[in-house]
Amino acid sequence: MSLGEPRRNGNGGGHEEENLPEVAGRERLAAPVQRTGMFGAKTSGDTSGYGGLRVRRTGPPAAERPYTDPGDPRTERFDAVADALEEALRDAPVGYRDAVERVVVDRGEITFHLRREHLAEVARRLRDDPALRFELCLGVTGVHYPEDTGRELHAVYLLRSITHNTEIRVETACPDADPHVPSLVAVYPTNDWHEREAWDFFGIVFDGHPSLTRIEMPDDWHGHPQRKDYPLGGIPVEYRGAKIPPPDERRSYA
Amino acid sequence: MTTPTTEDYIDAAGGDWDEVVAAAQAGSAERLVVNMGPQHPSTHGVLRLILTLDGETVTEARVGIGYLHTGIEKNMEYRTWTQGTTFVTRMDYLTPIFNETAYCLAVEKLLGLTDRIPARADVIRVLMMELNRISSHFVAMATFGMELGATTVMTNGLREREMVLDIFELITGLRMNHAYIRPGGVAQDLPSGAVGKVKELLEEMPKRIAIMRKLLDENPLYLARTRDVAHLNLAGCMALGVTGPLLRASGLGWDLRKAKPYCGYEDYEFDVPVSDGGDVYARYRVRLAEVEQSLRIIEQCLDKLAPGPVMVDDPKVGWPAKLALGPDGLGNSPDHIAHIMGGSMEALIHHFKLVTEGFRVPAGQAYAAVESAKGELGCHAVSDGGTRPHRVHFRDPSFTHLQAVAAMCEGGTVADVIAAVASIDPVMGGVDR
Repeated sequence: MSLGEPRRNGNGGGHEEENLPEVAGRERLAAPVQRTGMFGAKTSGDTSGYGGLRVRRTGPPAAERPYTDPGDPRTERFDAVADALEEALRDAPVGYRDAVERVVVDRGEITFHLRREHLAEVARRLRDDPALRFELCLGVTGVHYPEDTGRELHAVYLLRSITHNTEIRVETACPDADPHVPSLVAVYPTNDWHEREAWDFFGIVFDGHPSLTRIEMPDDWHGHPQRKDYPLGGIPVEYRGAKIPPPDERRSYA
Repeated sequence: MTTPTTEDYIDAAGGDWDEVVAAAQAGSAERLVVNMGPQHPSTHGVLRLILTLDGETVTEARVGIGYLHTGIEKNMEYRTWTQGTTFVTRMDYLTPIFNETAYCLAVEKLLGLTDRIPARADVIRVLMMELNRISSHFVAMATFGMELGATTVMTNGLREREMVLDIFELITGLRMNHAYIRPGGVAQDLPSGAVGKVKELLEEMPKRIAIMRKLLDENPLYLARTRDVAHLNLAGCMALGVTGPLLRASGLGWDLRKAKPYCGYEDYEFDVPVSDGGDVYARYRVRLAEVEQSLRIIEQCLDKLAPGPVMVDDPKVGWPAKLALGPDGLGNSPDHIAHIMGGSMEALIHHFKLVTEGFRVPAGQAYAAVESAKGELGCHAVSDGGTRPHRVHFRDPSFTHLQAVAAMCEGGTVADVIAAVASIDPVMGGVDR
């Protein structure tokens, strides 16, 4: 999924024309769709849900200033946050334009896509600057986009400012070949377990984490189960000598 | 079993306690590493605590989780968005309605339907969430009592909770694992008799709360076990991401229902109980006060319940089958079956497509959070434009709060560990997902 392209599917208020069935249908057919399993199934016609139906489409495009949409009260503080972040990074070793790759405003939420090397520095400013004061980090979660070449693994952080009652999303990406993201445990100690979880499930290595070990899966587990290339189930279970295949390989009537 | 000893610690990994004690006395070791759980009765399910003891004092408390990991988030990627509710309701099994609501709010945000949810559906959601808050808080108090050896607290708490579960059973058909809140609204309208049953609860519950208060508020034994135990201050809460009753017991009146209202919470009058004790007792007081506020909200819900639809008026999303409660339980409504099987071929096709394939959710990501009984329960949902989630992640409050065990317990006694963990009120189903 290439996130930089303009999106094809409309959403919400301003895109009503795009939502007309005829237009939406035409766009859907024109969109780069990769569909496997279930409808368009080649082998079993499996409707159990394990067929792995996939439909890929483009994500929301990068937003331009102003980020605040006067018609949407949820976006009220977005420009203020962006200004404050720009201001807070003025005396920092890294400038706003270097640190922030792009900004996405979608569905009343703002996402700052940061370059991973500057993540820790920006997070510290986000927490400490009086105009920002994102005291509470709601953890990090991984998302795996296998099609997003060179940026397959995303680490998504949600920050909440109790002082200003604002929330933002901070996202950073790393390639599969070099899955390293700096740890934010020093800034937000709550991320300790959340980073361990993202490592466990996605294989993102959080550099600087005090003890990056598996948290949900057993210590000797192989692979990172939430990645898209990891099958559901996938572990042959043995029961009284009979091998039970993983669920997504069970039904094959072909 | 002989206890393995090394120069400076004794690993009490099981076996005869007398042998452990003897080994401790024989050697020069001062440290004792005790493995509490994963099946210890007072560890709230399969939680494992690794405690390093110096005498009675806990010098190091580490937490091991993952024993109840069921891969819910992974499984959801192989099911439709609607089927997701069936999974999420099983995460934190004491707060199923909150799980479902957080998930549905995220899906609705992705769909851009947030403002189109019918008013009646919102009121029912609030009603169910507040009932759920009551049941969850009573279980928190009950298990806490049980773990301290106060069986009456346990039986009373579970009895009070049962009143709520009866209502849940009447409304959703199940005591737990409801899958009642659905993207777009709720699965079905309130059955006849539900409002009466809720009114009964509103009448009875204040008496039950009074009993609980009489039993615990000034009980010297209870005070001795909870006052100044497992202290966590506001700075600690913020650093460790602690929210919910624990944060409010540390002096900050932060409540998402007030700060970021959802489901129409801005239209209800209620207070946010706060205490600055920061200890186990303060958390108990906050929880009980929250139960009282929940009753206030439920009362207002009944006033707001106006007739109307309970599912969004969008045939592309709204579940086509109107469920009906028959003599043999919950099932498809006979009218709907007659319509699709005998009346309209298009309706049948539509029903089939929506039920088997599911609805499409525009690509993008969304985060929705609710104030669950335990704290901020957030759902981060990512769609690739298909009929199944690309990724769904839950920020479960119990998961985050368990990190605070070390901060709460180190330096205290072993007995206080039990109180500390119980005051966090973790549910492993939610922690491990």
